[in-house]
Amino acid sequence: MPMRQISVTVNGIHHEASVEPRTLLVYLLREHLGLTGTNVGCDTSSCGTCTVLMDGESVKSCTVLAVQADGRELTTIEGLAADGEWHAMQRAFHEQHGLQCGYCTPGMILAAVSYLEENPGASEAEIRHALEGNLCRCTGYHNIVKAVAAAADAMKSGATRSAATP
Amino acid sequence: MATAERYVGGGVLRKEDPKLLTGEATFVESITPPGTLYLSVVRSPHASARVRNVDVAAALEAPGVVAAFNGQDLAEEWAAALPMAWPVTEDIKHPDHWPVAKDSVCFAGDGVAVVLATNRNAAKDAADLVEVEYEVRESVTAIEDALADGAPLVHEAFGSNECYTWALANGDVEATFAGADVVVRERYVHPRLVPNAMEPRAVVVQPVASAGEFTMWSTTQVPHVARVTLALTLGIPESKLRVIAPDVGGGFGSKLNVYAEEALCLALARRLGRPVKWVAERSEDYLATIHGRDLIQDIELAATAGGTILGYRVRLLANMGAYLQLVTPGIPLLGAFVYCGSYGGQAYSLECTGVFTNTTPTDAYRGAGRPEATYAIERAIDTLGREVGLDPVEVRRRNFLPAGDNVPSPGGLVYDSTDYAGTLQRALDLLDHDEVRAEQAARRESGDTRQIGIGFSSYMEMCGLAPSQVLASLNYGAGGWDAATVRLLPTGKVEVVTGSSPHGQGHVTSWSQITADALGVPIDDVSVLHGDTAVAPLGMDTYGSRSLSVGGVALHLACGRVIDKAQKIAAHLLEVAPDDLEFESGAFSVKGVPDRSKMIQETAFAAWTAHSLPEGEEPGLEATYVYDPPNFTFPFGTHICVVEVDTETGAVDIARYVAVDDCGHVINPQIVDGQIHGGIAQGIAAALFEEAIYDDTGTLQTSSMMNYLVPSAAELPSFELDRTVTPSTTNEMGVKGIGEAGTIAAAPAVINAVVDALWHLGVRDVGMPATPERVWRAIQEAERGGSR
Repeated sequence: MPMRQISVTVNGIHHEASVEPRTLLVYLLREHLGLTGTNVGCDTSSCGTCTVLMDGESVKSCTVLAVQADGRELTTIEGLAADGEWHAMQRAFHEQHGLQCGYCTPGMILAAVSYLEENPGASEAEIRHALEGNLCRCTGYHNIVKAVAAAADAMKSGATRSAATP
Repeated sequence: MATAERYVGGGVLRKEDPKLLTGEATFVESITPPGTLYLSVVRSPHASARVRNVDVAAALEAPGVVAAFNGQDLAEEWAAALPMAWPVTEDIKHPDHWPVAKDSVCFAGDGVAVVLATNRNAAKDAADLVEVEYEVRESVTAIEDALADGAPLVHEAFGSNECYTWALANGDVEATFAGADVVVRERYVHPRLVPNAMEPRAVVVQPVASAGEFTMWSTTQVPHVARVTLALTLGIPESKLRVIAPDVGGGFGSKLNVYAEEALCLALARRLGRPVKWVAERSEDYLATIHGRDLIQDIELAATAGGTILGYRVRLLANMGAYLQLVTPGIPLLGAFVYCGSYGGQAYSLECTGVFTNTTPTDAYRGAGRPEATYAIERAIDTLGREVGLDPVEVRRRNFLPAGDNVPSPGGLVYDSTDYAGTLQRALDLLDHDEVRAEQAARRESGDTRQIGIGFSSYMEMCGLAPSQVLASLNYGAGGWDAATVRLLPTGKVEVVTGSSPHGQGHVTSWSQITADALGVPIDDVSVLHGDTAVAPLGMDTYGSRSLSVGGVALHLACGRVIDKAQKIAAHLLEVAPDDLEFESGAFSVKGVPDRSKMIQETAFAAWTAHSLPEGEEPGLEATYVYDPPNFTFPFGTHICVVEVDTETGAVDIARYVAVDDCGHVINPQIVDGQIHGGIAQGIAAALFEEAIYDDTGTLQTSSMMNYLVPSAAELPSFELDRTVTPSTTNEMGVKGIGEAGTIAAAPAVINAVVDALWHLGVRDVGMPATPERVWRAIQEAERGGSR
């Protein structure tokens, strides 16, 4: 199969890669770039486990071809913390027990980060609706919703990133 | 150095979280040893067929393909068929279940060939090139169809589709029913459910060919069980097989199993001398991972005119699927003793028939038998209440077993501790029951199109598998113990080795809390090792809400042994008798002379140098405890669901969900609440959303997350939780399991609420899942006078 050359910036680092045209973005990240923090939960774009940010917007990376990401800026879970400081969303998930097995967590967090940038004052009902593309089987969403609301409060007060990891 | 902080019961945040929050976790799919071959399994699209020929020649020619085999090619790899550990009766029918079918397939999804290639896409592409010639046979997927005369046989050799019939009886059931004022008869159908752990299954096997050794990484809840059983299936010495469950993305029972793909990766790594990796796609997982439930229940209650239950008579038909997976036949038995739930009575009988069908095998899914039992009794008691003129609260109060310790039940068990009226009252208070009833009455009066219903579930359950002798009496093939080792390192840090195998439950945190409190060390000084048979060789793994009440108790007891030894060493160092010392907050101090003391960390260093130990004492400071519980534990509680049902569309909204649970002493309140939240969500999902459906040809119609509704945040409410604390008498920590309670409790609370909302319209039952269509039809039928 003919290969395609692409260049992407992931978590601030520039990469060149040679991929089959059918390669999905999630496998570019996981298998070509070794960024295994992005998990795969389904094959029907239903579960949102593989959510990453492309030019700041959340996308399901199983539904984007690697070649479509050519020239784009991507953020994965590995790039959300900065300078050893967690993003407020990571901290809120920790403090509110918004994760159990943690498999959906990277996608859930990135979807929530993207959503709060659109709607920083989201209500509980709005948060629930916004996250309907991200499935979790462990938490019943109760603490995920609490975590996103807590992160929203923290981000409103300017604390997008906060002190080092515990 | 010492800390007086108490961690147990406090707000300790999870130690597991940082790697999961930053993308540093290691799930099986992220493990790819150099030279890995990717395995793709070719699966039958037919529910029943003779396999005439499987030709892999074209696949072998495809780019990147290294090998391809059919079932006959692999026949010599198996020293035994795939394991089934629970032959519930002596005369159970147990078909051989081969990792790849040899000559016939029995469900759509049965493997017929394998392809191995140097990358994932090549393996998948080549799998499409395998040519299989099938002689399609008639198939059957529904329980009652399978038992009908002339039904297609799933396994011809057995002559029928009955797998087994198992029975239990206590007291004189016939006389009790004959003498009863009131007999309630109900039939309930439990749809088949797909567990849907967010991480699909995956396996990687790395061989050391020259040594005949194998390391298997698997998305399993049961690395220890997998090691024993796969060694037997493959004919590999158990000592040469290491099984690792790294970070595992949820299980809910679906990974409490030993699967064809684990055996295949081992066999193919052995045959080819290279690492072999298999990762399920979600739609493949829907076919090849066990399903849950799929049960028909007939339950009868014998009662007095005043509504006091005298007896229970239950008949179950349980769908086994096409083969018996690890504990398939035993799942109904896990509920068989608790169809009386929280209630009393003098007679009890249950008979269960397991039935083969041409479907994916069923097995343990969260609650495993107990959600089904709880659904039956919690629905039937509402019906009894209505028959005798008691509301759901009063009929429960009238029948609750008394509060106390070691309470005998009609099902023949002894419940460790009970206070059923206590959780019911707390839940009523939280709900403000009278106010909601008043609102319900007002809406009924006004003919509102949004009718309110209140549903109760005063559940109990049995968990913490289990006393080994009890398991023996049920013909289960293993014990119910678990093990823990506590090891103080020379620097005073602590390693805990546990036989439990967590996959989201937070054991590392809870076990650290238990250890830090017991030893009086800082919680950050405790590491917990698990899920690797080379590191934690003794264990029975995690399922059935057993980890804390078996593995956690083993840890507590191992800590005691370490302290005993440390005390002898401290006494030797202080030149006093061990009995002259008292131990608190990590310090052994001479009674009455608190200045003279040794920290437990100092005894660890002394035990390591071994320069000055009590005579006859071994160097080192570690202890192991293998704990076999004397009884199950029996958590309980009351859940109340308030629904609003749109009588024009049939849509059900959950307006309130109140849950008061009692799991004895609580180690980590946040983790316990999280288990309850997630459990309730899966119970609500069963009640309102989820159902696996086969068509007439045996094809799974709900074969992906596109057409099987795993609820999102948008479909679920927030939950209002509270708890009471009634310590277990089974173990000295007073703890009970809580992993399944939410799921066990929730479904009947929801459906009772839906029925309650529509009762005045003549609706007497709504099946699961109570989809808008099903609810709307129930309303229409009732209006036409058609509801029973």
